[in-house]
Amino acid sequence: MKINDALVGAAIAVLGIAILVHIQGYPTIPGQKYGPAIFPGVIAAGLVICGALLIRTGLRSGTPLVTLGAWMRSPRHVANFLFVLGALLFYIVASDWLGFVLTGMLMLIALFWQFGVRLRFAVPVAIVATLLVHMLFYKLMRVPLPWGVLQSVSW
Amino acid sequence: MNEIAAAFGLVFQPYVLAVIFGSALFGLFVGAIPGLTATMATALLVPVTFFMPPVPAIAAIVTATAMAIFAGDIPGALMRIPGTPASAAYVDEAYAMTRKGQAELALGSGLVFSVIGGIFGTIVLMTAAPWLAEFAIRFSSFEYFWLVLLGLTCAVFITIDNPLKGVVALLFGLLISTIGLDNPAGHPRFTFGVIELLGSVGLIPMMIGMFAISEILRFSVSMEGKAQVVGAAVGNVFRGMWTLTKRYPGPIMRGNVVGTAIGALPGAGADIAAWISYALSKRFSKEPEKFGTGHVEGIIESGASNNSALAGAWIPALVFGIPGDSITAIVIGVLYLKGMNPGPTIFLNNVSNVYAIFIVFLLANLIMIPLGLLAIKAAKQILRMPRDVLMPIILLFCIVGAFAINNSIFAVGVLLVFGVLAYFMEENGYPVAPAILGVILGTMLEEHFVTSMIKADGSWFAFFERPIAGVLGVATLAIWLWPLYRGMRTRAAR
Repeated sequence: MKINDALVGAAIAVLGIAILVHIQGYPTIPGQKYGPAIFPGVIAAGLVICGALLIRTGLRSGTPLVTLGAWMRSPRHVANFLFVLGALLFYIVASDWLGFVLTGMLMLIALFWQFGVRLRFAVPVAIVATLLVHMLFYKLMRVPLPWGVLQSVSW
Repeated sequence: MNEIAAAFGLVFQPYVLAVIFGSALFGLFVGAIPGLTATMATALLVPVTFFMPPVPAIAAIVTATAMAIFAGDIPGALMRIPGTPASAAYVDEAYAMTRKGQAELALGSGLVFSVIGGIFGTIVLMTAAPWLAEFAIRFSSFEYFWLVLLGLTCAVFITIDNPLKGVVALLFGLLISTIGLDNPAGHPRFTFGVIELLGSVGLIPMMIGMFAISEILRFSVSMEGKAQVVGAAVGNVFRGMWTLTKRYPGPIMRGNVVGTAIGALPGAGADIAAWISYALSKRFSKEPEKFGTGHVEGIIESGASNNSALAGAWIPALVFGIPGDSITAIVIGVLYLKGMNPGPTIFLNNVSNVYAIFIVFLLANLIMIPLGLLAIKAAKQILRMPRDVLMPIILLFCIVGAFAINNSIFAVGVLLVFGVLAYFMEENGYPVAPAILGVILGTMLEEHFVTSMIKADGSWFAFFERPIAGVLGVATLAIWLWPLYRGMRTRAAR
């Protein structure tokens, strides 16, 4: 998805202005002129300038505001994209109560299925891969991956 | 002398050697699979190295990246798809050689001259870094301010066709670096009441997001069909290498030198080194008409170049804490985690660890010969590995890796946000490297900027008063003003 430079430029300029307004409230270090506001201030000023330049090139280019990539007209590829994002969101929401092992397996099976891997193959691979990752991080590196509903049978 | 002996002692331990061996196999695998890059290998290794002592942690990254950059040549020659972006420059050439029945020569020269380039870059690193450090130890905040700014400037202007978008990416990275408490007054900036943001956005989850998640997203929407592996069995890849070395000493040396130099420039790494070396090779070749038809000369020069760039990138990373490429950008984070803070004093406080890094570099390049050969022999099996299966597993690995740094689910959110962001940035021509450099160097830039402003009492003149600071400052400004000057000249010419 290509977005016209003018649109990006406008967003960047607005962000720059918002920062400039926001940093007015920052405290100063007593007896010194340069505190926590100066560096973000310089960056924000740069963003405003770059935003303005982008608006100019964007308007001159004459390209549409938004150009959809070829994959966006292919339902399968759009679904692929959404499945990857969905998998991450699912992990964020579910891992705490479902536990790492179940969340990981479900996530992998869903992605394999969407990418067209045969289920006969996908399910065992998902189970083995999740258990391997779990062993590597939970057992060997002692990362406290959540057990969730499997707490009572944790190993 | 004692330090060198100690360094050998640190490296030649069963545990460290096992780590080197394992990460070598990992690097060869990642490099050979198209769509998985050397930077991604590094990002995936960080959570694992988190739990290791400093030397094996660094050794894992050094070895894996060296192997990955070479292994990127394998699918280039056999499938016409670069395994990592660093092999993209000469992929057509290597594939054309395979079609002519010279796959052995293409892969062999990729391997042998990768090793030569890697060793050359290491020798430069070993000699230049301590020398530069002695020089740098006298630097004040003014020199550091200009040095960091010069590094960021190079990242924006040297490698990118649209500097404006590079500047936007850089400013965005700098802005991210200001999030949190780490600032002159310890005031929570841009945290919006989110406790996790007080410590700034986690660097490692962010980088895994920008380098790995974005790659997975790109794979998920890629509309290219499956590529076929061509070429019959690969025979003795070392045949004819000595003849090539004797025939092309100039190009080999030029590849070594250019690669190391480009590597040392912040923001430009192995991939750009390979492009430039390939172009130079063609430009100065006695038979430029043969390029593109399956001619080995360009592969030799750029193959040496991309591996020497890896070591070159460590020079500014170790001496100044300024990464030379996106791999060392991650490495700097690891060095801090391991208490080996980069900067000139690393050569005083951590000498044996630094020597150990040098030894690992040499070792990694030497074991590349047998292991690289193994990878070439096993290429067909590696390349048959279906990416539809690999990518979801990598995603799971990324999630756990990001989580492992702080044991917080917030990191997985960071992964998601920056993965999507990096994907859209690249779609729209905004380079990711300056943004990453901005995040990493932002705190350092601000610190030296504010200190210098206070010392100078607001006078810009003071920034140029010390000789080295003056030279660095003028150089930086010249790079910024050059596009303006050129723009005005073309306008005047019209």
